[in-house]
Amino acid sequence: MKYFYLIWKSIWRKKVRTILTVLSVFVAFFLFGILSALNQAFTGVDDVANAKRLVVLDKVSIINSMPSAYLSRIESVEGVERVAHASWFGGYYQEPNNQFPQFAVDPQRYLDVYPELLLPDDQRDKWFSTRDSVVVGRELSDRFAWTIGDRIPIYSSIWTNKSGSQVWEFELAGIMDTDDPRGSTAMMLIQYDYFDEGRAFANGSIGMYILTIDDIENSASVADAIDAQFTNSASETKTSTEAAFVKSFVQQFGDISLIISLIVGAVFFTILLVSGNTMAQSVRERIPELAVLKTLGFEDRSVLGIVLAESVLVMAFGGLLGLGSSWLVANFTLAGSAQLPGIYLDVEAIATGLFYILFAGILAGIFPAVRAMRLTIVDALSRA
Amino acid sequence: MSNDLVILKDISRIYHKGKERVEVLHRLDLTIANGDFLALMGPSGSGKTTLLNLLGGLDKPTSGSVKIGDAELHNMSSSALSKWRAVNIGFIFQFYNLLPVLTALKNVELPLLLTNLSAKERKKRAATALSIVGLDDRADHYPRELSGGQEQRVAIARAIVSDPNLLLCDEPTGDLDRETADEILKLLQALNRDHNKTIVMVTHDGQAAQYAQYTLHMDKGTLASRESA
Repeated sequence: MKYFYLIWKSIWRKKVRTILTVLSVFVAFFLFGILSALNQAFTGVDDVANAKRLVVLDKVSIINSMPSAYLSRIESVEGVERVAHASWFGGYYQEPNNQFPQFAVDPQRYLDVYPELLLPDDQRDKWFSTRDSVVVGRELSDRFAWTIGDRIPIYSSIWTNKSGSQVWEFELAGIMDTDDPRGSTAMMLIQYDYFDEGRAFANGSIGMYILTIDDIENSASVADAIDAQFTNSASETKTSTEAAFVKSFVQQFGDISLIISLIVGAVFFTILLVSGNTMAQSVRERIPELAVLKTLGFEDRSVLGIVLAESVLVMAFGGLLGLGSSWLVANFTLAGSAQLPGIYLDVEAIATGLFYILFAGILAGIFPAVRAMRLTIVDALSRA
Repeated sequence: MSNDLVILKDISRIYHKGKERVEVLHRLDLTIANGDFLALMGPSGSGKTTLLNLLGGLDKPTSGSVKIGDAELHNMSSSALSKWRAVNIGFIFQFYNLLPVLTALKNVELPLLLTNLSAKERKKRAATALSIVGLDDRADHYPRELSGGQEQRVAIARAIVSDPNLLLCDEPTGDLDRETADEILKLLQALNRDHNKTIVMVTHDGQAAQYAQYTLHMDKGTLASRESA
């Protein structure tokens, strides 16, 4: 600790160079944090998916719908507790940039299957009793400054209503919250009956069924039993756990983890070169000064430690700023994003980031530090 | 009890430059008494700086023994030599070799970082050393804000702050004008006289050597003659 002042002053020997290095480290760790949060949004579905929920989709494609008559047949399968359904509405509010998930659902069934969604009783009653009403998540109502009773026009890029318009107007009956800290409420839930009666085509069809089962251990057998019911029908089904469903959905975008790992790897490799070069340059310039320290009695390992500490400190300075900023952006600004729900920089990613800061600091500084340690005083002083 | 501080016996130092063998010091014997102030003179390549490096434990002889006080430097490890230097030796260089990022006071405090003294005590001792060399009013100045003579005074303060017995000076006035050089040499004289520091000073300057009690002339790695002031 008594060397800290010396280390600190040495770091700022060339202010511009140090600031540029810190900035590059800052950018690298900011990117690391944001990409980790993004990765969490794409791959952390296991954490938010409920293991007791299964999802039934058309076997051929997620965009194909199934008959609404499947509902009672699915309910009849042994091990099934509750069944809900949801149909993709595919709309936006006011302009195409304002896209967010909207589903047409049976309100009672949906809330039964998703008990983590919280809705005050009076708003629940209003939603249940008003056919053209919707409920939205807190994230959405905050984003668009909606209040209960507002009339909200939604343009659906899929569904034309019977009056020939693609604009559907709904009354906001309630605002949902969730007691799951990782869950997102950035969505709108529409009454299925109102939607089904109003749409110009595909009436009586359902996008997907969601069901709860009595025992997680039975998930495979229940899924098989459901799919077996519809074998050789016009709409064969594919039943999977909620986690598997979300994962397969994510995989449409490619191997996100691999892509992010490659980007992070490239960034860190670059930052190692930048920082390593800075440290090497710094040591080269200070060879006579380091020789003076040794002459005064600083041992080889002390000189090694001083140079390494400089490297780690520069990395820590930029890295902590970058990681901290990404935490703020990911967990407070991007969190709740309707486009990418579940974005979150978790403790594990932060710990990994801290490890990388230390590791990169040591790696960038080790070669210059060893060089400084091995300096021969007589040779080094002769360069003064 | 002997008053000898430095005893060098049969010292040789041989370097190899490629295939060439260069014997910089040849079977040199030297004894320096406690409290001596001596100048080492001689042409370039005569071995003055090499001898100074051996005295400071910065280099080891190829053969022979170097004994300073109770320490046998030729037998000590690099780590032990570092610890020994921190306590027993003060170095003064031709180009001062102050750390540009530290103030005068912090530069003087550097050797004390190797001790167990508290920060407050380190600061106090560094300030005292600066006042001995007459620079207490320049404590917060950086080296770039000081003249050459002032920088050398700071370097002297750094050399004496841990109260070593032996001061080794390599051309301490080589970068200074005559008037400033005389001030520095008087300061060294005062340290020798008033604080009983033993001083070995390498110099090319005959006038500088006059400030020493005696001068040893070196030639081709041996001591050629001794001249009293």
